[in-house]
Amino acid sequence: MNVPKHMRMREKLILRVAAKSLLPFFFLFALYVQFHGDFGPGGGFQAGVIFAAGIVLYGLIYGIEAAQAVIPRIWVEIGVAVGVLIWGGTGIWTMQSGGRYLEYGKLDPEHFVHGQHLGIMFVELGVLCTVASGMTLIFYLFAGRGR
Amino acid sequence: MDVPIEALLFFLLLVTALTVARLRDLYAASMMTAIFSLLSAGLFVLMDAVDVAFTEAAVGAGVATVLSLGALSLTGSREAKKRAQVFPFVVVALTGAALIYGTLDMPHYGDASAVIHSHLAPDFIEGSAELEIPNVVTTVLASYRGYDTFGESFVVFTAVLGVILMLYRSKKDAS
Repeated sequence: MNVPKHMRMREKLILRVAAKSLLPFFFLFALYVQFHGDFGPGGGFQAGVIFAAGIVLYGLIYGIEAAQAVIPRIWVEIGVAVGVLIWGGTGIWTMQSGGRYLEYGKLDPEHFVHGQHLGIMFVELGVLCTVASGMTLIFYLFAGRGR
Repeated sequence: MDVPIEALLFFLLLVTALTVARLRDLYAASMMTAIFSLLSAGLFVLMDAVDVAFTEAAVGAGVATVLSLGALSLTGSREAKKRAQVFPFVVVALTGAALIYGTLDMPHYGDASAVIHSHLAPDFIEGSAELEIPNVVTTVLASYRGYDTFGESFVVFTAVLGVILMLYRSKKDAS
């Protein structure tokens, strides 16, 4: 980047302070949307994009290197695949528990409703993992590409 | 009071869209598309689709804007000057007219007797109550349509794979 030093975003005090004080709430809100998805609006996808937006904001203000120091690229590369595996694995798990593929009710033999809750929690976790990692990885690849 | 707010948001959407079409400076245009996304998110909230509003605000106004800014920093930031072309305008106008004609057959906004509210929705609401999950959207997405949403995760996975194939550079190549 051949931007003059005083023009770079990371040199702007107000942006740095504002971003840093907002970021914890980004991630907290993402977790809230994730784990409150059964009761209120939201779920894995929404939580994932909010999480990724937090990382993107950090990378935008402090530079891509700083963001990759916090969340290394290899983590998100693995995370994209792990999320899909969590979801697919939940299906295998329900088959192991004697049900059909993705029949969550069988996860808790005594209690159908608990089994459903467990299954939904795991697949939502898978979506969170894939979406958050995927968005972050696309940002890293775009922003990390020099001229 | 709902109708004036929605009318105002739709008016602002229209103004933003026209501004985007007229702007030559692509940086400004991508900021305007971010505003467009934010206004649509506001409309989704008014229509009680808070899930969609979350996604629109985070992806449309946040991540997508940053990505298009990143792309602009690699290419030029000004649109090349072109003469006004008639044929594309006709195609766009016809498509828009066809879409508006299509909406004439749709049920009115908020119509309780619409087909979608009488056919499957009662089943979903009842089933969701049985599972003790108050958010019906979660039940439908994760449980009723588990395969469907699994497929969607796979689509995200495949899209990221595509981006990796096009843009990936190992550390060795970069140095």
